[in-house]
Amino acid sequence: MPDLLIELFSEEIPARMQARAADDLRKRVTDGLVEAGLTYAGAQAFSTPRRLTLAIDGLLAESPTVTEDRKGPRVDAPEKAIEGFLCGAGVSRDALEARDDKKGQVYFATITKPGRPADVIVAEVLESAIRNFPWPKSMRWGTGSLRWVRPLHSILCILTDDAGEARVVDMDVDGIKAGDSTQGHRFMGAGWFAVSSFEDYEAKLKRAKVILDAKERADHIWQDATNQAFAAGLEVVEDQGLLAEVAGLVEWPVVLMGQIDQEFLELPPEVLQTSMKEHQKFFSVRNPKTGRIESFVTVANIETADDGATILAGNQKVLSARLADAKFFWNNDLRVARDGMGDWIDQLKNVTFERQLGTQAARIARISALANDIAPDVGAQPDLAQQAARVAKADLSSEMVYEFPELQGLMGRYYAEAAGLPAEVAAACEQHYAPLGPSDDVPTAPVSVAVALADKLDTLTGFWAIDEKPTGSKDPFALRRAALGVIRIILDGGYRVKLDRFIDAQLLRHKISLNHARATEGEIDTLEEILDEIAEHGVFGAAFHAVMDRLQHKGGAPDTGDGSVLRTVGNLVPDLSTDLLAFLHDRLKVYLRDQGLRYDVIDACLTLDGGDDLALIVARAKALSGILATENGENLVQGFKRANNILTQAEERDGVEYSFGPDPKFAEGPEEKALFTALDKAEADIAKANAAEDFTGAMAAMAAMRPAVDAFFEAVQVNTDNQVVRRNRLNLLGKIRDICLQAADLTKLEG
Amino acid sequence: MADSTSKPRSFQEIILRLQTYWAGQGCAIMQPYDMEVGAGTFHPATTLRSLGSKPWAAAYVQPSRRPTDGRYGENPNRLQHYYQYQVLIKPSPPNLQELYLGSLEAIGIDMALHDIRFVEDDWESPTLGAWGLGWEVWCDGMEVSQFTYFQQVGGHDCHPVSGELTYGLERLAMYVLGIDHVMDMPFNDPDAPIALSYGDVFRQTEQEYSRWNFDVADTDVLLRHFEEAEAECEAILSQHHDDPKTGKRIIMAHPAYDQCIKASHIFNLLDARGVISVTERQAYIGRVRALAKQCADAFVQTEAGGQAA
Repeated sequence: MPDLLIELFSEEIPARMQARAADDLRKRVTDGLVEAGLTYAGAQAFSTPRRLTLAIDGLLAESPTVTEDRKGPRVDAPEKAIEGFLCGAGVSRDALEARDDKKGQVYFATITKPGRPADVIVAEVLESAIRNFPWPKSMRWGTGSLRWVRPLHSILCILTDDAGEARVVDMDVDGIKAGDSTQGHRFMGAGWFAVSSFEDYEAKLKRAKVILDAKERADHIWQDATNQAFAAGLEVVEDQGLLAEVAGLVEWPVVLMGQIDQEFLELPPEVLQTSMKEHQKFFSVRNPKTGRIESFVTVANIETADDGATILAGNQKVLSARLADAKFFWNNDLRVARDGMGDWIDQLKNVTFERQLGTQAARIARISALANDIAPDVGAQPDLAQQAARVAKADLSSEMVYEFPELQGLMGRYYAEAAGLPAEVAAACEQHYAPLGPSDDVPTAPVSVAVALADKLDTLTGFWAIDEKPTGSKDPFALRRAALGVIRIILDGGYRVKLDRFIDAQLLRHKISLNHARATEGEIDTLEEILDEIAEHGVFGAAFHAVMDRLQHKGGAPDTGDGSVLRTVGNLVPDLSTDLLAFLHDRLKVYLRDQGLRYDVIDACLTLDGGDDLALIVARAKALSGILATENGENLVQGFKRANNILTQAEERDGVEYSFGPDPKFAEGPEEKALFTALDKAEADIAKANAAEDFTGAMAAMAAMRPAVDAFFEAVQVNTDNQVVRRNRLNLLGKIRDICLQAADLTKLEG
Repeated sequence: MADSTSKPRSFQEIILRLQTYWAGQGCAIMQPYDMEVGAGTFHPATTLRSLGSKPWAAAYVQPSRRPTDGRYGENPNRLQHYYQYQVLIKPSPPNLQELYLGSLEAIGIDMALHDIRFVEDDWESPTLGAWGLGWEVWCDGMEVSQFTYFQQVGGHDCHPVSGELTYGLERLAMYVLGIDHVMDMPFNDPDAPIALSYGDVFRQTEQEYSRWNFDVADTDVLLRHFEEAEAECEAILSQHHDDPKTGKRIIMAHPAYDQCIKASHIFNLLDARGVISVTERQAYIGRVRALAKQCADAFVQTEAGGQAA
């Protein structure tokens, strides 16, 4: 069975696209071959900056002959129909065979598709793969219309038979004719050479100074870099992403290590690292004794007579110019920082955060107000939280962050330290952005937590207030990430935070600034007054009504008519708040599902306690999940559902709600009496456990009703003819439902 | 001049060698465009000539102005006025990379001693409505050129595709000559009777323009000029294609494009004066792009733009 070797040789392919492209080539070609009937034993794909390579071994020499029976019209069908069938099937009249079918005699044609040689199929499949290749961005060049990531220069495509004889596949894509030749390294190779098999290809490439396998290049780089660093008593800072990228920038890696100029070692290590990585693709090399970044590793693509001395000197020079810029920014920034960062904070008045949501300065004012509110709930000093929120984004105006946006927060910490601010405040500058991704650490220091929560809640409420919620795959403001951040911070820290209050307050703050232009002074004052009272009342609605009542009594009631600011805001805030909380619940479910908690189990716990205390919801859901795994729990759910079904049907039929409370004096028989006792005990136990937030206890108390409930249903007919007894029993079922609802809403459970 | 295998000794020698090299490759050696532009791409020999089906090959030095980069001549690498060397060949020849590497050798960069790399860098000019794919070329870790295959200019697909090379001359020359501060670079031969450094030629102008760009340029006047250039560009393009005086069909794509260049440079000046807010910025860029598109639309209707005469 022959082996197939394909190489697509082009101008330099962007490093970030190479691995994916090699994989796409393998997948598209092998899929196409298999679809055409050519199976194979194995396939490997490779990439270098200038080539994509695919090696397939054990390919069928030709596709198998396929025969197919095709059913045609009845034998007595009109002549036209039969001719049409013959035409479509591509067979002659005498090849038809009449067979018995359900509806009588029907013509059948046996169609034989002869196998095709591998090279014909390969040519078709490869051409289609090239023409439809899924590059993230592709281009045309010269006068042609073919698209590739950069100009495609040659196609190598050979089939090598068992005797080692290679044959070029005859194909031509937009004037590029497939051959058996390729080139080695751009500078160290010696022009074109022909190959006869994959082994021959790989070996000749290596002689022409090309390592075909990206992994081999990466391993070589890493090994050589760590060895050189080790010999100098240093260590390379690991960076897998950079390693992969650098391996995609060279065909023949040559590792060179150099020193960073003494005058730049005072820069924060992150600045050195970022500058070297982003601009130069250098690895950072650390001195383990001092912890400082003192050297760098660069990877060249060529061996030179001076062992890379010229290259290293050049790189060192470029680095010094870059770091001179960084040092310039750092020193300028430190001057502003030591003056208290006032200039930066002022500048944020001129920076728009979002068109409707106003400037960064306005945003910071809102965040610090909320951080102040949240602080006591997370164990932070309110004045520190407020101070931290005010300076946390000051570094956005700094020169360093302008140059390296990815250093935001981190520079904030350095500058806050330089400004002599308290350590908690400096830490919050860095940590309030966290967590940035699902695996990123969450802040734990109280001041950082307060600012981080305030920042995220301000973003969420803001975009809710202007109706820019995420839809489908569109989430341009990363609101899902913000919501997940809120959830993770609260759950990881076990903070007991009633979110409703903060969401309401922040929505109102947004509404106040959004309405500033059209509201009267009196209306704004009233809204501010409501804002002040939210903490006291817990939610917006209650505060709103309290303030309205008070103003009514004073006689100076502001306009609350249709379309008035107060009416609109009064109506909108509760709806937005409910909607945002539901969004947080959705994200919570997604997050907990990944930890093995079922959707419906969480749903069963959302309606209790207002649903805005996430830690409580999760504690309850975990307890419920635990009890559902026990026999009593599982059976109780069945008993509950039975009770609930009977009850719902009866309530629908009778048009009443059976929630009056049953009377034990109508109980007949021991099972019914026992149920009364069991329910009373469960009710008391659940209440006690709930009060102590012992949800395992509450769930256990609920599950403990199970024998009594089961026995009741076994022995007692609820719908008896005696209407008094029937109503009492329905009320008894109502009591089961009510008691269970104290622990969890079991109606939400599936199955 | 020394032979091309030796090291060049001055800034101007590097320019002269590039001129000779690209002339040898068949390019028309053009002169800088006589207007203020932000980059060599703005020269009509690139922007307009990359449009349409007619083959083209040109190379030239283009003095370029970036007011926000002014540093009063103090920064070793940054200037508000600098030179770009620009090559545009349409259709892009299959050996353009080799031709380019040849130009580096011509200015004394030994390929066996240096590390030359083509690193992904897609080019986009929002003001010209243009984009292309290519690389920044690194020599020992330093970006020495931009290499771009134009895909679209002024909103028009490029057919055929032009290959564009842009060399930042000061930076490249400083590297080749081993100079650390641009102002110290020999402009002419250091052994000439009157040896001039880059600083002798440009230090004072960098100071003068930095002051003017940042603090003095009259923004009201500039804003008015912007509006006027925009209006003039549109007025030119709205003229009948047939000239009543000569009776010939004369589409004034180039005079209109001059106004587009003018508007673009005035926008850069306003930006340096800090009077354009973030939101306004996009709007201004959009206005210049609209002009560039109209000029491109006009040019492709001309003979040079590929229309039959």
